[in-house]
Amino acid sequence: MDPMVRVPVREQDAAERAANFEEVCLGYNEQEAMEEASRCLNCKNAQCVKGCPVSINIPAFIQQVKEGNFEEAYQIISESSALPAVCGRVCPQETQCEGKCIRGIKGEPVAIGKLERFVADWAREHNIKPKKAEAGNGHKVAVIGSGPAGLTCAGDLAKLGYDVTIFEALHEAGGVLIYGIPEFRLPKSKVVAAEVENVKSLGVKIETNVVIGKAVTIDELMEQEGFEAVFIGSGAGLPRFMGIPGEQAMGVFSANEFLTRNNLMKAFEEGYDTPIKAGRKVIVVGGGNVAMDAARTAKRLGAEVHVVYRRGEEELPARKEEVHHAKEEGIIFDLLQNPVEILVDENGAAKGCKIIKMELGEPDESGRRSPKEVPGSEYIMDADTIVMSLGTSPNPLISSTTKGLDINRRKCIVAEEETGATSKAGVYAGGDAVTGAATVILAMGAGKAAAKGIHEYLSGK
Amino acid sequence: MYPILKKEKLADKIYLMDVKAERVAKSAKPGQFVIVKMDEKGERIPLTICDYDAGAGIITIVFQTVGASTERMANLEAGDSFQDFVGPLGCASDLVEDDLEEVKKKKILFVAGGVGTAPVYPQVKWLHEHGVDCDVIMGSRTKDLLFFEDKMREVATNLYVTTDDGSYGFHGMGTDQLKALYEQGVRYDHCVAIGPMIMMKFVCKLTKELGIKTIVSMNPIMVDGTGMCGACRLVVGDEVKFACVDGPEFDGHLVDFDQAMKRQLQYKTEEGRAMLALTEGDTHHGGCGHCGGDK
Repeated sequence: MDPMVRVPVREQDAAERAANFEEVCLGYNEQEAMEEASRCLNCKNAQCVKGCPVSINIPAFIQQVKEGNFEEAYQIISESSALPAVCGRVCPQETQCEGKCIRGIKGEPVAIGKLERFVADWAREHNIKPKKAEAGNGHKVAVIGSGPAGLTCAGDLAKLGYDVTIFEALHEAGGVLIYGIPEFRLPKSKVVAAEVENVKSLGVKIETNVVIGKAVTIDELMEQEGFEAVFIGSGAGLPRFMGIPGEQAMGVFSANEFLTRNNLMKAFEEGYDTPIKAGRKVIVVGGGNVAMDAARTAKRLGAEVHVVYRRGEEELPARKEEVHHAKEEGIIFDLLQNPVEILVDENGAAKGCKIIKMELGEPDESGRRSPKEVPGSEYIMDADTIVMSLGTSPNPLISSTTKGLDINRRKCIVAEEETGATSKAGVYAGGDAVTGAATVILAMGAGKAAAKGIHEYLSGK
Repeated sequence: MYPILKKEKLADKIYLMDVKAERVAKSAKPGQFVIVKMDEKGERIPLTICDYDAGAGIITIVFQTVGASTERMANLEAGDSFQDFVGPLGCASDLVEDDLEEVKKKKILFVAGGVGTAPVYPQVKWLHEHGVDCDVIMGSRTKDLLFFEDKMREVATNLYVTTDDGSYGFHGMGTDQLKALYEQGVRYDHCVAIGPMIMMKFVCKLTKELGIKTIVSMNPIMVDGTGMCGACRLVVGDEVKFACVDGPEFDGHLVDFDQAMKRQLQYKTEEGRAMLALTEGDTHHGGCGHCGGDK
């Protein structure tokens, strides 16, 4: 084998998978994993660890994989990450650990993400659980939201002996891992539910169907229910719309709604009551990972799918792998174009979009070249369904009902990066609720930092 | 799990249930709603809270069977449980949040249509308990569909019952009753109308002419009920609002009812299809326009 080239990972055939919701990437087997692990140079000053927001001891776990000691590899990852089967699948490794891999200078970086996924899947299949704290310390901590930030924070605190309860607004735990990321990228019952179970096996309690700020406030949790500290990991849930004519028509959805119906409510599966509509032709507006998820979901529901994005290919914010998979599955990219109006039929249903062509101008203050409309270039594209995937912002439910909790102009909760501490004593925050929409692993990094912050705060009390 | 403690059939296709949900009952206020989900495969269904007992931890819901999911829900009995029951969601009614002395100065009228009687009841009850007088017009298509008449009479200052077909009470719609009251010289300066969208639209048209500020409670299609999906968005004045977090109550004179009613139809075919599959079971072969059984 050529040590410069990574062991290829098996995937479901593109034409076949575009018509089903089974997982796209099939992952390594033991043989392939050990072979890929042998490409790791086991650097003394490992750059990959610096690229990991939760600082997994990457060379150490890879050495164990190389030797075939998969359980040891799992325990090494578990020391740093509560959700390895998730991260191995959805982290943007190319810009993090793998982006720093020394192998990557002359050849292909070690497939760290795929190895992490292999180890986590192996542990699940062999029923290996993370190690639980030996004794509780009696301190009660509340965690708001069971997404990546909340699960990580809860898991880390439980390992330190805290009595942790997660409050989740929806009926199922997992946050964006359940309602946002589709089954074909992140299997729900196999992977997400199993990782949630692992966090519970550490002693964490999860109370679903509790909307903090409505059923009970943070002040009440602390004053009446005995929680000494609170971590807010409530995410960025509010969808943005364009504000163009026709946007309230039937057939126009936020990506959140489209994906929630499909993922959380399992509308794609026979026997579930929640409906979903894709129609014959779908336009997805936006170019991020969520747009790719929506487009690939619509494709699997049987539609012709167009991604309309106002900048060019280079500027697409989605991971390269996602764009590549989407193209393989037959999704059409209409780049440097932007909808200006949604056309509505006599029954109030969307029938298409008026779209204008764009060109890139000078770089703006963010360094990105800003798109400008090309006058007179409008044209009409027919569509039954239009999915708006323009990003999200934090939900004000918690900030507006918690006394003394500061937010910034973008309605994000203000929190210190190193500790997650907010303006309110005992209250910590992290993830999208603080940063605005970002990635699963950054949210996990913030959950981890906050767990440390909370531990220091309660130890010093 | 959230056990059903009591079930009662109030009228044709209209059911009442008392559900044990302590956290919800502890903080519920008139005007707010809950989302219920029967089981693993059920939809999330938003229902306005009809009554609540914080001490006993009980929420009362009333629903009408309108599709496959509610039809299935009507088969639940006391002793069964909802898998999920979340709330209270949305904002409480302005009348219970505003300064009580100011509210007492108002001449208040509620207009309840059909199953809308259920969410009107806790508001009237709350006002009555706080010493505020208010009149209620409650109407339905026909006598057999009326419910809560006695309960409402206990808390309303004046109760006017109407039926569209004249089978009971005033012969006509709620709007006709309101017109009749105005002709008799009765005057109001605050109206709350809750019922089917078409009924709220016509009440608002009339109260605008009469110059009565009118609040309506919108119940559009929803998924999460916490502001996440945007399915419930509607146009109020010049703004797009989410019924789940900004509402469910809005200034009825600013709501774009025509658009809201069109959005209600979003899943009509799907709902109809699910209904046919439910009632006809495996014998269902065509007629729904989707299953291909007609070919």
